[in-house]
Amino acid sequence: MTDTTLSVTPAPQAISPAREVWLSLKANKGATAGLIVIVVLVLAAIFANFIAPYGYAEVFKECVIKPCPPVWQEGADPRFFLGADSVGRDLWSRLIHGSRFSLFIGTIVVTISLAAGILFGLLSGFFRGTIDILIMRAMDIILSIPSLLLALAIVAILGSGLLNAMIAVAITYVPHYARLARAAVLTELPKDYVTASRVAGAGTLRLMLNVVLPNCLAPLIVQATLSFSTAILDAAALGFLGYGAQAPTPEWGTMLADARNLIRSMPWVVTFPGLAILVTVLAFNLLGDGLRDALDPKLKR
Amino acid sequence: MIRFVLTRLGLVIPTFLGIIFLTFILIRLVPGDPVEVRVGERGISPERHAELIHQMGLDRPLYVQFFDYVGGVLKGDLGISVITHRPVMDEFLTLFPATLELAIFAMIFATLVGLPAGVLAAVRRGSVYDHTVMGTSLTGYSMPIFWWGLLLILFFSVTLHWTPVAKRLSDDYFVDEVTGFMLIDTLLSNEKGSFLDAVRHLILPTIVLGTVPLAVIARMTRSAMLEVLGEDYIRTARAKGLGVYRIVAVHALRNALVPVVTVIGLQVGTLMGGAILTESVFSWPGIGKWLVESISRRDYPALQGGVLVIAALVMATNLLVDLLYGLLNPRIRHRR
Repeated sequence: MTDTTLSVTPAPQAISPAREVWLSLKANKGATAGLIVIVVLVLAAIFANFIAPYGYAEVFKECVIKPCPPVWQEGADPRFFLGADSVGRDLWSRLIHGSRFSLFIGTIVVTISLAAGILFGLLSGFFRGTIDILIMRAMDIILSIPSLLLALAIVAILGSGLLNAMIAVAITYVPHYARLARAAVLTELPKDYVTASRVAGAGTLRLMLNVVLPNCLAPLIVQATLSFSTAILDAAALGFLGYGAQAPTPEWGTMLADARNLIRSMPWVVTFPGLAILVTVLAFNLLGDGLRDALDPKLKR
Repeated sequence: MIRFVLTRLGLVIPTFLGIIFLTFILIRLVPGDPVEVRVGERGISPERHAELIHQMGLDRPLYVQFFDYVGGVLKGDLGISVITHRPVMDEFLTLFPATLELAIFAMIFATLVGLPAGVLAAVRRGSVYDHTVMGTSLTGYSMPIFWWGLLLILFFSVTLHWTPVAKRLSDDYFVDEVTGFMLIDTLLSNEKGSFLDAVRHLILPTIVLGTVPLAVIARMTRSAMLEVLGEDYIRTARAKGLGVYRIVAVHALRNALVPVVTVIGLQVGTLMGGAILTESVFSWPGIGKWLVESISRRDYPALQGGVLVIAALVMATNLLVDLLYGLLNPRIRHRR
């Protein structure tokens, strides 16, 4: 027997899953850019009262008499960076206050639809049979109506307004989450760890929420980020059509609805609210794409 | 195959009945007096009210009303518009060609630009061109198209005076409606220059409605091509010494097309949603504008009928795409 010395190379330090996702996101330039924009938006929303030079409903009469364009155009008033709208309100202040509404809309819509979707998905996946058929057919029905049309129809019943618009948009997203959750439940259920906790005596509710659900979250998180952006788009579209937030709320879509007749005389009132929507939606889509690559490497192309 | 068709139909029929049920419920959820909701008459005498209730069968049990409604829908009877007093189905059919024409051109535009852009992005993966295409298509996908329409109007109509702002044809032309498709009708008419006028009216709405599908098609084509380009038979083709062009055009594209065609087919719902916004921006006299106006005029029978027909159209195209996909791909057909 010869004396053998075993040289052991130390295993690379284990990285926690959260850190892995973070590193993958950091390496993705688009996702980083999206995240930076979102952080700026959140800060703008939180500190809107301090950042915005004026209140969103504050009227300056001099800009009603003679339009105030953005500062780089001729005849501008240096107090109003992006100019003022037809009613004489500072556009820059209104846009900053508007970030609150977009983020609020996104958060509420995603929360409602995610919660309902998870509930339906868990029920479908766990109980199968009649419940499954009923829920999934109901989801098919919702999916076969274009989401904007369904949202409009719901708002037609509930009445216009920001809250009803958010509920309407949320309802149209439920099927996506329900399908994802159900599919994830069905792949997780036959696995050993589920059987193990079942044998250990875990009840159905515990199995659902504590055992299976945490392992189904990855696709749901990705979908949540991506539908954050579509929620902002759809709510803005409802506002634009006149069925979302009502004036003088500085919701960006509603601002566009007020401005569309002024496109010849005051084009800046049209340009900036739309740009704000585009940048916000793009930021969430970039982050969503990045998260998908980070959480689900199988999908990475 | 027959079995595959039957299973798919078995899924579609209950969904369709469900949609009929949903629209049946929808009009009953509208707050206010049911007679006012359906007839639009306000402040009528109690006798007239009772008469109308009876006439519309609202005094009968709910399930009888539902079967009546289903029977009507199956015969193409969607009720009467409160505003125009014409059958909702007639209204829909009059306006539908305008939306269909716009949607067809939007899809042609989206496919003609999106498909080659996606193929090139996949072939030159990682290049500046690839990044540009992917960045642009993500921007297009994130676009609030109602604002995009206003921007294009601002630039091409207000500033450059190149394109008209609204409607399908200038008021200077009188064209008889034969097919409802303006490009065909103007060709059939004797009005000189009306065809070009119709084309000019069609350009901006086509771009606006086609933007999101274009982005989706470009992204989908790229990822489908990348997958196919990694397959063994592509390596074989390369090893045989085939040129890049032949490999891409003949070997790869044909196989990548199946998912892409599916995606194109599934854009019908997106198109209808987009049509609502596009038609509102361009005052395009189609279904989308009609639906929005129905809501503001409280024309609930029109809204009810419109939702039903559009859902049926979306379902029918999805079914068609599904069946075609099954026809092309045996793996789908035999999956349980």
